[in-house]
Amino acid sequence: MQLTNRSKVVSNKVQSGMESMYLPAILKGMMITASHIFKRRPTIRYPEQTRKLSAVYRGLHVLKRDEKGAERCTACGLCALACPAEAITMENAERQKGEESLYREEKYAKVYEINMLRCIFCGLCEEACPKEAIFLTDRIVDTEYEREDFIYGKDKLVEKIDKRIDVSKRQTLEVAEFKKIPGIKHNAVWEGNRIDRKIN
Amino acid sequence: MKVTIDGIEIDVPKGTTILQAARMIGPEVAPPAMCYYTKLKTSGGYCRTCIVKVTAGSTANPTPMPKPVASCRTEVMDGMVVQNFTSPEIIEARKGVVEFLLINHPLDCPVCDQAGECKLQDLGFENGSSKTRYEFKRREYEMIDIGDKIKLHMTRCILCYRCVKTAEQITDGRVHGVMHRGDASEISTYIEKIVDNDFSGNVIDVCPVGALTDKTFRFKQRVWFTKPVDAHRNCEKCCGKTRVWLKGEEVVRVTARKDQWDEVEEFICNTCRYDHKKKSDWVIEGPSPIHRSSVISQNHYQHLNELKTRVLKEQKALGFIPFDKRP
Repeated sequence: MQLTNRSKVVSNKVQSGMESMYLPAILKGMMITASHIFKRRPTIRYPEQTRKLSAVYRGLHVLKRDEKGAERCTACGLCALACPAEAITMENAERQKGEESLYREEKYAKVYEINMLRCIFCGLCEEACPKEAIFLTDRIVDTEYEREDFIYGKDKLVEKIDKRIDVSKRQTLEVAEFKKIPGIKHNAVWEGNRIDRKIN
Repeated sequence: MKVTIDGIEIDVPKGTTILQAARMIGPEVAPPAMCYYTKLKTSGGYCRTCIVKVTAGSTANPTPMPKPVASCRTEVMDGMVVQNFTSPEIIEARKGVVEFLLINHPLDCPVCDQAGECKLQDLGFENGSSKTRYEFKRREYEMIDIGDKIKLHMTRCILCYRCVKTAEQITDGRVHGVMHRGDASEISTYIEKIVDNDFSGNVIDVCPVGALTDKTFRFKQRVWFTKPVDAHRNCEKCCGKTRVWLKGEEVVRVTARKDQWDEVEEFICNTCRYDHKKKSDWVIEGPSPIHRSSVISQNHYQHLNELKTRVLKEQKALGFIPFDKRP
């Protein structure tokens, strides 16, 4: 019974004179190899060379600080709620007197962890954030030997005061304008009516 | 008495208010209410979110009422015709009411512990505009400490008077009221008198916003990361029937049970609320019914169980025999 048309009939045909010389076949193969010398090299020699990434590339997260250097995150939990992979966990704490320069609002994230093995880099956390605190950057998550090392805490996620991470590409005017378009579902403006009710 | 609300007719006893009649029909016609509370006498009439249009006063006198009326304070008449969600005027007027309620609200939901179970959030989402037109500085207050159990955030208050009525009617000897008038009104405990009555904690549950929150739960968890279960214990002061909010094995908060109108079923005492924060203190009955549109039911997949029960019920009604039960 023939299932597909791809089956080949095997025969014990004797090689012809030309074929038994092998030389034309070898030359043909060498020609193909040699032609590649003149082609553009597709290899990127990472890490000396890096691939050019799109402006909206979604890589390793950053927890931003504000202009004064205080952490923007207030641990509202919307990123963790939006996360489809359930990669984000956090613990809240109340800001004490004298910590105003460290944390922007009266509540802050004492522990903030992202499991980079769970994360699918969809960017929903960034979209959910009401405080412009979390952003995905064009950095890449490092390789590690242990699974535990992929759980990134605040030490790795919060940007250093002297080494700010530029996310201006993700905060462009176009993005801001885009967020205002009511036609797009996640930007939807509920103008005076309930979602499930038709009003005449 | 026959009353028609949004085209649905219902028979109600004399003395029923429009809001109660609408609630009898169901949530599809019931107007939202921020200040009215079934279990508190003389509540209602402050917030104006429950306004409805009365297109016919009664069978005897079918003239429409000239202005929108507060449904929580208006009793039904025989043959009354009421429009709520079917009236564009009411939708527009309610939007204005919401805008007024939000004028001085700080919108600090990311910090507020009430976020996720806040009626003002729901109201704003369903009836409000996504933008504010208010350009001035919002009203601010000096933080008042009203004890180690209850946290008062006066900036978030919408002056619904529910807590005042609770203090008046549930607890004996009121040490809590509203001072000053109009824009300057503020909830106070009469010069820092600590609310130390056994039932004072109920003001947390009746508060529709985050103005009165549980200090023992302050910044512990966001509500949608906790799991509510109905539980009870033997309590000599109150019914002992509560809702216990779990995070893992830890009891993070104890509240009273609430019905579908977000009203407390039975008031609970402070001992149950604050002093029993161990899972072993409680007999757990099962997961609390949380509406699937609520953020609290997110990632809990409880609605799948509900769906399963419903499908099985419908299958049974149709006479469908499950595959494993077939001969």
